[in-house]
Order: sequence, then C-alpha cells, then structure tokens
Amino acid sequence: MKSEYDIIVVGAGPAGSTAARYAAQKGASVLLLEKDRDVGYPVRCGEAVSHEGVAQFIEPDPKWIAGTITKMKFISPSNTSVTMPIDSNIGYVLERRIFDYELAKIAATNGAEVVTKAYVYDLIKNENGEAVGVKALIKDEKVEIKCKVVIAADGVESRVGKWAGIDTTCHIRDMESCAQVTVSGLNFEEDTLDLYFGKKVSPGGYLWVFPKGKTSANIGVGVTVEEAKKKSAILYLNEFLEKNYPNASILTRIAGGVPCAKPNKVLVKNRVMLVGDAGHQVNPISGGGIISGMIGGMLAAEVAADSIKNQNLKQLSEYETKFHSRLGWRHEVFASIKNAIWGISDETFDSLTLSTLELPMEKRTLAAIFRKALWNKPSMVLEVAKVFLK
Amino acid sequence: MATPHLMIHIVPDKCDFCGCCVGVCPEDAIELKESEIAIIEERCTNCKKCVWACPWDVIEFHRDGINTLPKKLFAIDENQFSKSLSK
Ligand SMILES: Cc1cc2nc3c(=O)[nH]c(=O)nc-3n(C[C@H](O)[C@H](O)[C@H](O)COP(=O)(O)OP(=O)(O)OC[C@H]3O[C@@H](n4cnc5c(N)ncnc54)[C@H](O)[C@@H]3O)c2cc1C
Ligand code: SF4
Ligand code: SF4
Repeated sequence: MKSEYDIIVVGAGPAGSTAARYAAQKGASVLLLEKDRDVGYPVRCGEAVSHEGVAQFIEPDPKWIAGTITKMKFISPSNTSVTMPIDSNIGYVLERRIFDYELAKIAATNGAEVVTKAYVYDLIKNENGEAVGVKALIKDEKVEIKCKVVIAADGVESRVGKWAGIDTTCHIRDMESCAQVTVSGLNFEEDTLDLYFGKKVSPGGYLWVFPKGKTSANIGVGVTVEEAKKKSAILYLNEFLEKNYPNASILTRIAGGVPCAKPNKVLVKNRVMLVGDAGHQVNPISGGGIISGMIGGMLAAEVAADSIKNQNLKQLSEYETKFHSRLGWRHEVFASIKNAIWGISDETFDSLTLSTLELPMEKRTLAAIFRKALWNKPSMVLEVAKVFLK
Repeated sequence: MATPHLMIHIVPDKCDFCGCCVGVCPEDAIELKESEIAIIEERCTNCKKCVWACPWDVIEFHRDGINTLPKKLFAIDENQFSKSLSK
C-alpha cells in the first residue's frame, strides 16, 4: 500500500468495486478499502437482478448465478395470485458472495489495490474543509492515506458523506427494515419470483420468496420503519415462515436495511462522491439497488478520473447531472408513485389483482396492469395524475 | 441536543451488524465495525429512531438511562452458564 492515491473508494460492495474498476481503467491510481474480512460476505440481499442490468457490466457466469427467472407472481392480501412474465424477459437470482468477489477481482485486474479489514473512521481535510484523504484502521492499526477524491460506497450504513457535510440520513418512512433467511430442503418454482403484499404480511413493503434453484430460496421481508415501530421485521418473517414453511432448514439468517428514498440531491461535496446505497441510489419501489449502485459507481469513477486528469476538481459535480439524467429522474418518479400508493388499502390491492387475472398471460405487462387498474378504479387516475404533474 | 443520560442500549451478542440503525440515525451517533457496534454517547439525543429501525429488535430504550443496567460482557448469564455446564 502506498501513502497516496488519486482516488480512495470506501466499501467493496457492487457500487464500490465498480467505481474502482472504472477509475483504474481510466488510468487513475485507486485504493479500495473494505471494513469486513471478506469481500462479498455476509450477504444482506435478496439477490435478484435483471439480465440486461447485469450484462452491461459483466458477462453472466453460472458460477455466480443461482437461478434464472422468467416470471413474477404477485400474491394479494386475500391470497389471490397473479403471474406475469418479467418486463426484460429474463432475470437472475445471484450468488452475491461470489458475484461481489468477482467484481472486486475485476477492479484489481484493472489495477485497483484492494484491502480488506480496513475500516475508515474519518476524513483528512484541508483548510477549506475538502477531503484530501482518509483515516483508517487497517488490521487494527491506525493509518492515514492521502488522495485527491474520495468515493463513498459505504452502503446503507454510510457515514463518509456526513463527514463531508452531506445529509445522507434516511427518513424512517423511506427506510425498509429487513429480515431474511436462506432456506433449503424444500421445493420452489425455480423460474418465479414470489412477492407477497398486504398490511398483515409486510406493511409499507413486501415479502419475497426468491428461489435459488429448485430446493433453496431467499425468503425475506421489508417493512417501512414507520410501521416497524409497532412490530419488527423479524416478527413478520417468523410468522410467515411458521405458516408457510414450518419445516424449512435455515442456512443463513440476516438483518438489513434498504434506503428506498429519492436519490440524494447532493451527490458531490468537498471532493467526496456518493455512490450506491450511500447516495440512496435504489429503486424506491422494488428496493433493488445492485445495478443502480453499479451505474452510480461507474459514472462517478469516470467523472473523477477525468477531473483528476484535467486537474480540475470543480468538474466533479458533473456526476450529479449525469446520474440524474441516466437514472435519478426515474427513481424520483418511482418515489412519487410510492408515496401516492402509500395508503393503498388491502381491498384495492385485491381488486387490482383480480382485474389483472382477466388479462391473458402474454398481455400482463406492468403497463397493461396499470391501464386495467385505472379502468377499474378511476379514482386511481387522479392519484397517478398527481404523481406525474408534480 | 444530546442528553446527559444515554437511554439506548444495543444488546451485546444479538446484533447482526447490518447498519440499518446507522442509516436512520440523524446524529451520526453509531459506530459500526465488522462485528462491533457502539453508541457515541456525546452525540446521541435518544430520539429512538435506531430502536424502531432495528429489524431484529435488539436495541433497547431505557427511560432511566442505561447506567442502571447490570454490566455483562456476554448475553449469557455466566452463573446460568456454569450451572448448566456442571449438570
Ligand atoms: C434484505 C435485502 C434484500 C435486498 N434485495 C435486493 C435484490 O433482490 N435486488 C437488488 O438489486 N437489491 C437488493 N437489495 C439492495 C442491495 O443489496 C443494495 O442496494 C446493494 O448491496 C448496494 O450496494 P453498495 O455497493 O452501495 O453497498 P453494499 O453492498 O452495502 O456495500 C457497502 C460496503 O461498504 C463497507 N463499508 C461500510 N462502511 C465502511 C467503512 N467505514 N470503512 C470501510 N468499509 C465500509 C461494507 O462493509 C460493505 O461491504 C437488498 C437489500 C437488503 C438489505
Ligand atoms: S439495526 Fe439492529 S442488528 Fe442492525 S446493526 Fe443496528 S442494532 Fe445491529
Ligand atoms: S437514539 Fe437517535 S441519536 Fe441516538 S443513536 Fe439512536 S438514532 Fe442516533
């Protein structure tokens, strides 16, 4: 390890490893610091991604694909289910332990230096309050390492942005408090993602059964912290498991949080750039953040490397505009939709599901379901109009 | 404002180190390492957001302050532990 780099990336999740990869590819010297002993472990994720999303970064490889998905099944509060093909035709349930590892390997192959058991606990700042390095505990030894730009990819627990003066606190209504188990020894429809909705199952979120092949699955639940005040995620999960899979063998049990908010308006300040969960780069409706974090990581890294090359760090703020026009605007619309359907009753959900069942399978796209829903429940038109007029 | 009495207690050994509490803490008052977690007393305002956020329900709120809690290194009661071993 050197005492100075162009770019230090904090956190080796998908966003951080992708940032390190693209920054190194553009010729910057890059150090990637990860607090945990292993990259990729523990896995706090349902692990579902679309083929298109992942293939733009890496050739799909059976060694990190646990299952291939072609359908989604929505299960309504009254237990009516509707199955539809997924929009992009095919998706995967990953083996993130190996996937994340692979992404870090690619970063290293491109020239980034990766160090694990490296906990960043503060920034080094210059007289203008700009970050010019990080303070870290590496294998329990205090070290200071200098750099020109810090990329904060430190996940839902992000603190680096706060140290640079960016407000990254997630509102409790937007934070999904999650519990998940990975179970084995049962039978699952290996090509179908199951999503359960309703106030009893997962208020302000959903419960998922994502199959990892025929006999294993990630079963998890996310509830908004606003609701988790009254009853924690783990209790919702335990009830579901007792009712539906009482004999499951549980191989892994994790807690987690997903910031299902609008992406942070400020993504760059004082030479710190936020990527991934750290910048709330998550689809606020689905809670998917693997691909959007990787997109954020790539865009930030390219801008950072160019700014350093041009010796003009004012250019760093271009990343905010780039992220917004690529993805941020969509997440803002999704966040508004989420807020509009926030109070949707279990009855409305049931009637939506029933009306979708009248559509033939091949016509069940999200757009068609939306149209159908509007037809059956005109008051929703108003809600949606409000969303788009904002 | 941070209050003189810390009322927040993360039960040792039960935490999964997932960071959900850190993400909602408005005061940057939680330090989270690979398998260590601590509340930074000088910053905490006892707002309870972390208590609500914890998916595993392992953060306790004690109105009278946590200094009244018995100090234990492990969640297991050592007496209980040795009793069950000597059985
Ligand atoms: C239960 C659950 C289910 C989910 N399901 C899905 C899904 O099915 N599909 C999907 O697309 N997304 C899903 N998500 C969201 C997805 O997991 C995240 O959006 C994604 O992991 C974000 O990537 P990241 O690189 O930003 O952060 P992370 O993957 O969280 O990586 C951050 C890294 O930074 C490290 N770090 C943190 N602080 C420091 C520090 N101070 N110093 C050094 N290192 C540090 C952490 O150890 C960690 O390795 C789910 C999330 C949860 C919790
Ligand atoms: S939310 Fe709960 S389980 Fe997660 S790190 Fe905080 S105290 Fe631990
Ligand atoms: S009580 Fe509030 S201020 Fe204190 S640690 Fe929890 S969230 Fe942070």
